[in-house]
Amino acid sequence: MLKIGVKDLAKYPFLTEAGEYLRNTGLSLEQLGHPDWQPIVEKAYGRIVVASSGQIYGSDLETLDNDSELLSFLVAIILLKSAGIATLIRRFSLAESRRAERYLQQDLWVSRDKKNLELPLKIIRDLFAVNVSIDNEDFVIKVPDYLHRAIHFHEKEWKLVNRRVANGLVYLSAHETVRLIRAELGEYINGKIQSVNVDSVPQIFRQRVEDLVALAKKFSDTTYVSSEYPPCVKHGIEVLEKGENLPHSGRFLLATYLLSKGQTVDQIAPLFKNAPDYNERTTRYQLDHISGSSGSGTKYQCPSCEKLRSESLCFAIPDCDGIINPVQFGKKRKSQ
Amino acid sequence: MNEKNALLIESAFKEYYFNRFDLIHVPQRATEREFGYQKFNSGMTRHLVVKNDKELHLMLMKEVPSDVYCSNAYYMFPNLPMSEKDWKGADMIFDIDAKDLALPCRKDHTIFKCSSCNNSVTEFQSQCPKCGSGKFETTSVICKNCISESKKEVTKLVDILTTDLNVKKEQIQTYFSGNEGFHIRVTNADYEPLGSQERADLVDYIMFNGAIPESFGIRRQNNSKSLLPTFEEKGWRGRVARKLFSSKSKVPKVTREIIASGYSAFQVQLEEIKKTMGVRIDPKVTMDIHRIFRLEGSINSKSGLSKIQCTNLDSFDPFSEACLLGDDNVEIMADCPLQIRLKNKKFGPYKSEIVSLPKYAAVYMLCKGLGNAI
Repeated sequence: MLKIGVKDLAKYPFLTEAGEYLRNTGLSLEQLGHPDWQPIVEKAYGRIVVASSGQIYGSDLETLDNDSELLSFLVAIILLKSAGIATLIRRFSLAESRRAERYLQQDLWVSRDKKNLELPLKIIRDLFAVNVSIDNEDFVIKVPDYLHRAIHFHEKEWKLVNRRVANGLVYLSAHETVRLIRAELGEYINGKIQSVNVDSVPQIFRQRVEDLVALAKKFSDTTYVSSEYPPCVKHGIEVLEKGENLPHSGRFLLATYLLSKGQTVDQIAPLFKNAPDYNERTTRYQLDHISGSSGSGTKYQCPSCEKLRSESLCFAIPDCDGIINPVQFGKKRKSQ
Repeated sequence: MNEKNALLIESAFKEYYFNRFDLIHVPQRATEREFGYQKFNSGMTRHLVVKNDKELHLMLMKEVPSDVYCSNAYYMFPNLPMSEKDWKGADMIFDIDAKDLALPCRKDHTIFKCSSCNNSVTEFQSQCPKCGSGKFETTSVICKNCISESKKEVTKLVDILTTDLNVKKEQIQTYFSGNEGFHIRVTNADYEPLGSQERADLVDYIMFNGAIPESFGIRRQNNSKSLLPTFEEKGWRGRVARKLFSSKSKVPKVTREIIASGYSAFQVQLEEIKKTMGVRIDPKVTMDIHRIFRLEGSINSKSGLSKIQCTNLDSFDPFSEACLLGDDNVEIMADCPLQIRLKNKKFGPYKSEIVSLPKYAAVYMLCKGLGNAI
């Protein structure tokens, strides 16, 4: 059976084995409340602060006491759960998954020749149900397993046609293998944290929980949503205002965009009044259908920028840089 | 379609469905699939469950549909509305249609039929020579070249499926579509759960859409010959190498040329390769995971020919093997400006004349809008 050591747990503290290890040491939450453990609480707090700023917490596994690596992760979860702030939990999960990603990549890379791949491959297999095997220098996964994940990437290099494919397998580097499961790793850690129940916290944790609540305030107003419509939506509204014909795909864009911004069918319907073929009943029927309140109940999403480009409905301006769907237009992070 | 024509075709279809139960079977896992059919001059009836061959035969006899369909998807509750069906997975399906191949022969067997006076002509004209109307409907009749070019696409597709995607030969079924192309069904558990987006990326792979020079070793600068694909490689890299170099002895020379010409020139070469080596499938069909697809063994009402399995693609001749309607003679008014060949017999051309034809040929002309029942 595969032996998972303390050092492995320091790298991957979210593994089920971490809980078992802790139980074996006999350490309880009350004991962690002893002032002797204050440095661990500080380390845990630091780990969250680093994560909340978008950085990846770095551990020096060679020199550090590994128990403290694992413990600080667990205490961080207790602190986060006590503070109960979703933004912080999300940021922490993301940063921790990026940290684990580094180790995973390193472990795959370093042990590639030694064939000592059991642990990283077990993590990928157990957590994400993906079988990764090795073929000479490369890692290989089945085409369907690849497609399920790669479709979420927008860069052309992730399209299957730009991959080495043979015998139903896709060839990947260590970096690419880990990159492919990044999102799932984040979700897994997030799910783990969500599933933890914290009843009461020791006194020495309290101050840091309050500090986290204060820290989170910084993020509460970080997104600024512009009331400006994106140029494609503006164009559609202008065409309708002029009483000109807007093609079906343009009307669909307007409807789905405005619905996604919280407008109701009643608010949207009058917009189409000037359309040359306006019919109130038809318009309402179609809007109801798009909003999911009639028909199959499917709520239609706003089409992507790529789709609009192919339909000649995209009128991109510099503010559109970096968005892939009109609904993202105008959402900007304030610099922190 | 006028009532008389519909009656004649319907009676021929009924006879076929009655006599050829041996050819008409439900696909495997039938109870998990949605069935549907269309009747002449009527809408689509779908969300049906057909459990076995017996139920299917009964339905065909009772309804005499113009077209019969069955889902490639598997559902928990195939007879419920779409949102409640509970999708479990779907076979991969591919449609190769000669009309999408942009073949030069198309103009030789396309017929323009005037929408107002029904006059048929073989050359495109802006106005009908008989009545002056500017509206035409087009129809195309059988063509050997279209079928042999479509077969080439099938062969390319099967090569990619078996060598790149590890689909076993016995998991691939090839059918003549009943009109001008082929349908391919892949039953492979690994690919069954793929959603529409995943299938779209697979379509791009098969069609060689979206390939970038970097994937074939050509960067914007600092190119090195060691990154270029080699003859022995599998997948598209190998295919591209074999196309670019054509023979091993040419590798050094062509390599120099490719590197000297640079990134943009290579991009153009990839586009050219896409045109000749990408498989020209209909992307919509493969991406659609809720489609009901023509049922094998049923007749295609666009032609009166059957959708049947091709066990030997090379020798398969749809115009005799899929032409399965009766051969007793019927009289029709035929207006078919081109000669057609069915079951190795030639028919036409006919210029609005009453002719006595075997039922299969008469129905073919009626289905194509090139004749009327009398």
